[in-house]
Amino acid sequence: MCLSIPSKIVSIDKEHNRAQVDTMGVGREVSLDLMPEPPQIGDYVLIHIGFAMNKIDEADALESIKLFEELLAAQDESGQGLP
Amino acid sequence: MTAEELHFRAFRNPEHIRALAALIAQQAQGLGPVRIMEVCGGHTHAIMQHGLHTLMPENIQFIHGPGCPVCVMPKARIDQAIALAKEPEVVLVTLGDMIKVPGSDGSLADARAQGAAVHFVYSPLDALAIAAKHPDKQVVFFAIGFETTTPMSAALIESAQRAGVSNLLFHINHVTVPEAVSAILDSDDAQIDALIGPSHVSVITGAQIYQPLVDRFQLPVVVSGFEPLDILEGVHRIITQKRAGEAKLSIQYTRSVTYEGNPTAQALIARTFKKRESFEWRGLGAIAQSAWQLADRYSHLDAETIYADRFEANPREDHQACLCGTILRGAAKPTDCPLFKHPCTPQNPIGSCMVSSEGACAAYYRYGQEVRL
Repeated sequence: MCLSIPSKIVSIDKEHNRAQVDTMGVGREVSLDLMPEPPQIGDYVLIHIGFAMNKIDEADALESIKLFEELLAAQDESGQGLP
Repeated sequence: MTAEELHFRAFRNPEHIRALAALIAQQAQGLGPVRIMEVCGGHTHAIMQHGLHTLMPENIQFIHGPGCPVCVMPKARIDQAIALAKEPEVVLVTLGDMIKVPGSDGSLADARAQGAAVHFVYSPLDALAIAAKHPDKQVVFFAIGFETTTPMSAALIESAQRAGVSNLLFHINHVTVPEAVSAILDSDDAQIDALIGPSHVSVITGAQIYQPLVDRFQLPVVVSGFEPLDILEGVHRIITQKRAGEAKLSIQYTRSVTYEGNPTAQALIARTFKKRESFEWRGLGAIAQSAWQLADRYSHLDAETIYADRFEANPREDHQACLCGTILRGAAKPTDCPLFKHPCTPQNPIGSCMVSSEGACAAYYRYGQEVRL
């Protein structure tokens, strides 16, 4: 129950406040009743038991990955890291 | 990088996992023991699944928390669900996690096998279609879960009212994370030096729910995502705070969590539910202000009061040797339990920690026992 999964908004039914999402290739319909702001098609949202909970900030995710890359590069340079 | 790589694979990159684990090991040198409670069963599973515990140095230990809604559900509530399901006019609807949870006398699956009408659904909203399909029946939604599922039950209640559904009642068992964790920190059972909070709870509530714990217990709390690199970054932030002698609230999962959380969901909860004075947790006992019930305006929809005379008050005790309650308090590990694996297994669960896919015992059973490198 307690897993929230990133999913892409494929289409939006404004009348019923629902959206069709794609979760790693699996399509399903979710309610947008809990969304603080209406999402756009192409947005990634967190899905939990049939509801979209919030948008996921892709720029933020990319920034995190950049920091991991920098850490790896720094360790390679200094020869640190696991043997 | 494609969006799919970004959202799914990037936070499982093995090279990055090794690099971050090495940094943690290096920076944890010279620190005393750092016992980190991952509050949520989903984190316990991710840690075991990806073997993150095996990458930690000796002095960093994961303590598994109470964040498994099915595990903390006392038998008396499951007995109530089964009693409701056995009423001839009732169709009981609940989330799939509840299927095998043992009550005093069998589970909801057993009750269904004996003829009770029980529907296990993926989403609370599925209850609307079931209510429409059974107009001559009294449909009862048995609502379970922490803050991650509470607003969805509230949304179901409002949707049902808007649609004029007249045959849908509710049995509310929603519980709250901060009060449970506070009770654990208050007890002498478990020694905990830091917390990893689950991101999805704080997507709803905001990270703010942990601020009182940070202030009162002076321990670092990091709200982290569920991917391996999210969890390790959470650990790294804890170690950084420990080195600096700090105790702060930190959000690791900034890609969707804010300090304030989701105002739409919070407003929905506030107009649908009110706090119970006290709620009995399996393993943790009675905790004040730790659960929700229907707000006064919806009290006429409360199956708990409408069917109160059908409920028996004395649930059967748990198996004497079962350590689930102690495990939920962070004071024992699944492998300390004499029933673990023999005879308690996910196929033949004796305690709720083995039943739920989020239970610590199920995680240990599935991903193997703790092994240190």
